[in-house]
Order: sequence, then C-alpha cells, then structure tokens
Amino acid sequence: MIRVFFAEWRKLRRPSLFIGTMVAIVGASALVTSLLFLLIDSARGNAREGQVINRASLELPHGLSIGFSSSAGLLGLVALCIFASQTAQEYTHGTLRNLLVRQPRRLTLLLGKFLAMCLFALISVILSAIVSITLAFALSGKAKVVTTAWSTSDARIGVLHTFINVLLSVIAFGTIGMILGLLLRSPISAISIGVAWLLVVENIIAATVKHSGKWMPGQLMNTVAAGGDITATYSHALLVLSAYLAVGVLVASVLFRRRDVTN
Amino acid sequence: MPLAATSELAISVTNLSKHYGERAAVSHANFDVPMGTVCGFVGPNGSGKTTTMRMLLGLISPSGGSGTVLGQPINDPAKYLDRVGAMIEGPAFYPALSGAENLRVLATLGGHSLDQVQDLLERVGLGDRGNSKYKTYSLGMKQRLGIAAALLPNPQLLILDEPTNGLDPAGIQEVRDLLRSLANEGTTVFVSSHLLAEIEMISDSLVMLREGEVIFAGKTHDLLLQQQPIILAKSADPKDLPRLLQIAHEAGHEGSIIGGVAHILGPREWATTLNQLAFESGIVLAQLSPVLPTLEETFFEMTGAGE
Repeated sequence: MIRVFFAEWRKLRRPSLFIGTMVAIVGASALVTSLLFLLIDSARGNAREGQVINRASLELPHGLSIGFSSSAGLLGLVALCIFASQTAQEYTHGTLRNLLVRQPRRLTLLLGKFLAMCLFALISVILSAIVSITLAFALSGKAKVVTTAWSTSDARIGVLHTFINVLLSVIAFGTIGMILGLLLRSPISAISIGVAWLLVVENIIAATVKHSGKWMPGQLMNTVAAGGDITATYSHALLVLSAYLAVGVLVASVLFRRRDVTN
Repeated sequence: MPLAATSELAISVTNLSKHYGERAAVSHANFDVPMGTVCGFVGPNGSGKTTTMRMLLGLISPSGGSGTVLGQPINDPAKYLDRVGAMIEGPAFYPALSGAENLRVLATLGGHSLDQVQDLLERVGLGDRGNSKYKTYSLGMKQRLGIAAALLPNPQLLILDEPTNGLDPAGIQEVRDLLRSLANEGTTVFVSSHLLAEIEMISDSLVMLREGEVIFAGKTHDLLLQQQPIILAKSADPKDLPRLLQIAHEAGHEGSIIGGVAHILGPREWATTLNQLAFESGIVLAQLSPVLPTLEETFFEMTGAGE
C-alpha cells in the first residue's frame, strides 16, 4: 500500500500539475473571499447564488471561515478533475497494465492511489484555508467588518470545524471523480459528465423540483462544507452522501477488480 | 509434449482459453517454456499472442484452462509478478514525466531500488536522455524505455510483446544481443515478434499460434527440421515460371511463385531432375538452389498468413 501511495505521489507532485493546481486553488480562494468582503454592500449579493452575507454574520466568530467554506465548491470541482484524470488516464495512456504488473493486488492499487490523491486534496484545502483567512483579515478593514470575535477560541474552533467539513466535501467530490474515472475510463468523459451534472443538471433539478436538493450529491457536498445549510441538515447531508459514495465505491471497486485490462 | 519437468518450467499452460462471446481469442492452448531459454511466440495479427501474454500477467482472466508462471498458478499473479518483467502491446508511460521519472514510478510501485534506474537507462541506450520528457521520445526510444521498465525487477522471466517495433536495424541487433545475454545469465525470455528472422536467430524454442490455437510448441530446430526442403528456381524469362511450376506439379512437387522466384517443395537431390525437365521443355534456368525453409517460410506455410 505504502509503495502505491509513494508511486502515485511521484506523479501528483510533478510541477506542471502540482504548482498549476495550487495556483488555481489560491486564485479561486482569493476570488471567493475577496468578493465576499468587497461586495458586502452589493444588492446582487456577495456569495454563492446571489446570497447576501452581511456584516453581522461576518463579525461572528465563524465569520472568519465563511470565505473559506464558500470556496469549497470550487475546490471540490478541482478535486473532481484531479481524481478523475489521474484515474482515467491510466486507461487512456495504457499505463494501467504496467501498474498492475508491478502491483497485481488491484484494490491495494486503488486504495493507494486514492490516499495519495487525498493528500493532494488535503494540501489544497490547507492552502485555501491560509489564503481565505489571511485575506479575510486583510479585507476586513476595507469592508468595515469588526474582527474582535475572530480572535476568540470559538473562532478557532469554527475554523477547525470548517476545515474538516471542507476537507470531507472536497474528498467527496474527488471520490465521485475517481468513481467516474473508473467507470468511464476516459478523463474527458469523466470530467465533463461530472462537472455537467454538478453545475448544470443538479441546479436545474433543484430549481424545478421542490426539496430535491437534499437528495442531490453536489448540493449535499456543499451542505457538508458549510456544516449544514438551508438545503439540508449537516447530519442528513453526511448520511445521504456517505450512502451514495459507498454504493459508488462498491460498484467501481468490483468493476475495477474484475474487469479485464485490454488497453 | 512437455519439454521439461514442471519445476524447470518458467511457463506452463494447459487448455488455456479466452472467449469474448462466441469468439475464441485463445482456444485450449497448451505449451511449456523451459527456464533459462529464449522462447519465440509467433502468429499472425489477431492470433491471440497478446491475449495469452495478458493472461499470463493476470491482466485478463482466462475463460478456461489453467497455467503456471514460475511455478505459481496464473490466477494468483501476486505470487510471481515480482519476479517477472513485461512489456505488453508497446510501451505505455506518462507523457509529462521524464523517462527516468517514469521508471522511478514503477520502481517505487514494485519496491525496486531507485539506484538502478540510471544503469538501466544506460543499458538500453537512453543514458543521456533519461531526463527528457517521455512525450519527446521517438518510437524507438519509447520501446527502449519499455524494455528498461521490464528489467526493473531483475526478472527471472521476461515477457516482451514486439520489443523491436520501431527500432532501427542497429537497435534490433542491440535488443537481440540484450535478450541473448539475459538468457545466458539465466533469465527466461518469452518474446513475440513479427521479425521472424530475429526470432529464428535468438530463440531456443517456439510457440506458434493460428486463430487462437497452438499449432506448434517445441524447439525451433525441430520445427525447421520437420519442414520439407525447398528448391528455389528462377527462369531466365519470368514468363516461364508458371510453366515451371506445372512441370514440378506433374512430377508430384507442389510450389508457388514468391517474389519472382518459384518455391518448389522437394529434396535437394530432385533439383537435378527439375533442371533436366526444365531443359527438355526449353526453359533456361537462371537460378536453382535447394534450401531449407526459413522460419518465415515455415510460418507462412503453417499459418497461411501469406495467403
């Protein structure tokens, strides 16, 4: 297992992928947090889907991590793309046969790859947290947000909770990417179907069918990142999402274990 | 007929089959590959070579039959793959990584020493290009990297599918020498190639497939000895060749025209008779040479691949 982990990490740490992704993470986190503070008085809203997060909310202890948790959706999409491409490219490059000759225990190979990608996700979430929280302090003056509550232990606990929730959400996005990569065996198909479902299809369904959001995986991942929201409670989101992922992982693992490697 | 006792066999398969629906990619294959030998694996395109190799490597599940690799059953490849090196259906690596980094990925995965990466690159003639990205490699360089990757575990058994594809003549000779030297060091080499002259030169034994079925498995020398000798005849006037074949046919010897030369089955001694018969028919022969068939000619005859 540990050998698979480090072999996968060698691929993930290549500069074009690692630095490129981390720059994208910094950019996305900075954008979301900046919009949150700089558009605080905008009638169009300063958060996802035109929501308004006012000064009173931002001045609460958990206000420090609102920018960070708002970035979770974008971090998740990046994770979905990375997990999907790193998995499906083994089929398109034909490298899966090399990997399986060196590590014939297929589920060990899968788990080692997954853990390495989770480390990648962890680093991206840490980076996002640093950027978002730093920018929150930096932009609070300009947005006239009082930050006294951000220095309390409640704020620190809030950051920790948000960090765990965002990490769970991002890994859930990544896991869906990996499942799609295994099922479709093509990075382009896996990413395009995943992103189209999460960004387009789910939003259409959620807008047209009442209460459907509490059963949509993408909506639930955002709910988990936010620690619960108007879509669903945190425990409901975690439970339903876990059930979806368990079924997906089971199906993908069985297929991966049994399927002939012919390319 | 087994070539050696089971313990001395690198590969042994019995009734190994793979079906895709109604189609049999490999059907009841039986053959053995003795330890420490070079075994050529030949057959026309689509005859089941790569499928067989994939089954030996645990990449494809057999539909039927059984087999062992290095004494271990092929349904448990984890027991033997750490001693097997392989390159199947051409090299496959990550384009954005360098050749050396690609090897390090596989070495890390297999638990092999990273220190040997540069040595292996030198061994396959890529010593000065190891740090170049794989996507910048020529086909020949990719092939060499694939061979280097197969050598990572210092294998007891090397399974190579068309290792000389894309190599220039010098590269082909280098691979031939490499495989021979590995065999001399005790490595068993199971190699498929379309370059039958190369296979003939390096292989001790041979497995020949046709439409998923093994049509010969044994020593290369024995196969060639089983074949009827051929008389190559060329008439001064190419228009006389069909008539020459007719004369041979009437005398009970079959033949065909390949590349402007009549290939007539018959023993060395019958060449004199053929010369006489041609002379009596007014055909002037420009060439008349009795030869043993090469592996290539034998292959075409046995597989019908040239038809």
